[in-house]
Amino acid sequence: MTALVPTRDVASGPLGGDPRRRPALPASAAIAIAVLVGAGVLSLVVGARAVPPTALWDAGHPLRPVVEARLERTVLGLAVGAALGLAGALMQGLTRNPLADPGILGVNAGATFAMVVAMSTLGLSATGELLAPAFLGAALAAALVHAIASLGRDGATPMKLAITGAALTAGLTSWTTGLLLADRKTVETFRYWQVGTIAGRGFDVLLAGLPFLLVGALLALTGARLLNTLALGEDLARGLGRRTTRDRLVIALAIVLLAGTATALAGPIAFVGLVVPHVVRGLVGPDHARVLPFSMLAGAALVVLADTAGRVVLPPSEVQVGIMAAAVGVPAFMVLIRRAGSSL
Amino acid sequence: MTLAVDRPAVPSGTVDAAGVVRRARRAPRRHLRRLWAGLVVVLVGAFAVRVLLGDYTVTIPDFVRILGGEQIPGATYIVWESKLPRAVLAVLAGLAFGIGGAIFQTTLRNPLASPDIVGVSLGASAAAVCAIALAGWTGWPVSAAAVAGALAVALAVRLVAGDHGGFRLVLAGIGLAAAMQSVIQYVFTRVDEYDVQLVLRWLTGSVNGVAWSTIGLLAIALAVLLPATAWTARSLPASELGEDAAAGLGVGRARADVLMLLGVLLVAVGVAAAGPIAFVAFLSGPMARALNGGRTSLLAAGLVGAVIVLAGDHVGAYAFADLNLPVGVVTGAFGAPFLLWLLARGRTGRRAA
Repeated sequence: MTALVPTRDVASGPLGGDPRRRPALPASAAIAIAVLVGAGVLSLVVGARAVPPTALWDAGHPLRPVVEARLERTVLGLAVGAALGLAGALMQGLTRNPLADPGILGVNAGATFAMVVAMSTLGLSATGELLAPAFLGAALAAALVHAIASLGRDGATPMKLAITGAALTAGLTSWTTGLLLADRKTVETFRYWQVGTIAGRGFDVLLAGLPFLLVGALLALTGARLLNTLALGEDLARGLGRRTTRDRLVIALAIVLLAGTATALAGPIAFVGLVVPHVVRGLVGPDHARVLPFSMLAGAALVVLADTAGRVVLPPSEVQVGIMAAAVGVPAFMVLIRRAGSSL
Repeated sequence: MTLAVDRPAVPSGTVDAAGVVRRARRAPRRHLRRLWAGLVVVLVGAFAVRVLLGDYTVTIPDFVRILGGEQIPGATYIVWESKLPRAVLAVLAGLAFGIGGAIFQTTLRNPLASPDIVGVSLGASAAAVCAIALAGWTGWPVSAAAVAGALAVALAVRLVAGDHGGFRLVLAGIGLAAAMQSVIQYVFTRVDEYDVQLVLRWLTGSVNGVAWSTIGLLAIALAVLLPATAWTARSLPASELGEDAAAGLGVGRARADVLMLLGVLLVAVGVAAAGPIAFVAFLSGPMARALNGGRTSLLAAGLVGAVIVLAGDHVGAYAFADLNLPVGVVTGAFGAPFLLWLLARGRTGRRAA
């Protein structure tokens, strides 16, 4: 089955590089891990108060508490970024849509809305309790967007999916806002969360979501082969003996777990899932067995780097990671639209 | 300002063919006039409801006396400081958004390409927020900043979309709208005093708590822009046929560009006063078209927009006890399902109703 790697994946997209100029796999892995480690170290030492690297291993260093505080948001950023990068790669592969991203297709907005409903009607507040509503909202939003975009003559084209997702996001944001206004207590909590932030959340928040992230990642990584076959088209995939409906559901479940948990932990962060898989495909080619793990690494690095940059780009204030992600993601989105031309 | 495209009637072959044609050509015009009259009646009714009813009922004689300058304890204050400015701003902003949106949709020949969806409204809003919060401007410089922001986004969308209209233009706009939203959110995380109502005004639009001077500024801008639009829009029926056909009929690209510019300006001055009220520009055009038997009428779209904003503000203010929802939340909550329905019907790729 390894021969089934498509030579030109639909989703390999306009940012995919020339295969002949691609670095070898071990080199790519080394680059990705080096970038990730570098991002983590930067995130620990850079900020309003710069910390000398010696504080990282010297337990008695006077700036040690600063490092420990930054460790919380760094670890959370790594987890959320990995989840978003992986979810984006899965969505782009599953829908064969180069513009797929949990933020763009309304999945994050669905999770947000469901969480706010649970907060204001059921009085839930702990992150652990809010995960179930987040999953439900994410699943419903994903299903709704796909169902609506599939209606009509030409089916679920990438453009229609993206526009439907934007419409659903706009509507759900209005309903979310209305609920928040009615319930003034939650407004202050949501002020930063709604923008997308990994600051000041603490390890207990991460621990509540971690099991779901792990299950989602495991499900996702088993789906690499299916995504490779699906890239050949639905009929061919079925002809090759895949039970496409069951396999699609498994991957959809993984997307919901990953995107829902990431939203519950850090708020709705868009564009990470869009940009990362395109860059990764340029680096390692269209084989999902490589794209998926590399998207995890790259997503984690991107979110942590964006968060670090947000601390220093406009002092003295901090720019939330959701805003930084948009600053990186919107230009990439424009390039994708422009290069894709009439093929969408 | 008749903007109806007359549908050529098929001569019936009888002796009085000319008369049949004349009648067939006249019918849409008569329909349009009746529609305008009907919409004005609905608008006046909505205005009266907004100003007279609600938590605090004002009788019509009292209202006339208050307008005449008489002091009625309680009522005078409520009418002059709350009800009347909100209603007047709702009408003016609704007109601006409705007409601006219809210009976009008609010239670009795509109902999705309305200024609130392609980020032009949010661009105006982001520029206005920066001018207010970061530069400390007030008054007309804020409107100027809003105009500059709207123009910048409109040009950027055009640059990215290139000659491909349609979905590509809409997607580029959606991306820029997300970027503008991030700018607004960022500015507000920097402001010390976090005022939810203020944030919502600039993210979703609100007619609540606007000074009379701001409303006056919008009225002056509209007094200039609306006649200019009416004069330029005479070429709209030709533009609707597509660029090539319009050029063949003697309507050059420059003319369409001027009309688009007027649309951007209308939306920008509306946003500077009331914020980017969600989906009004998007909804008004198609609704007016449906009422007018599938023909475009900018005036009808503007009237529909005014009615939508008035009604949305009334619902937001009084539907829920002790909860004052900004009008943008109401129009967003009910406008999005309409957009989804339009997408579900699959009639957005080409010319939709």
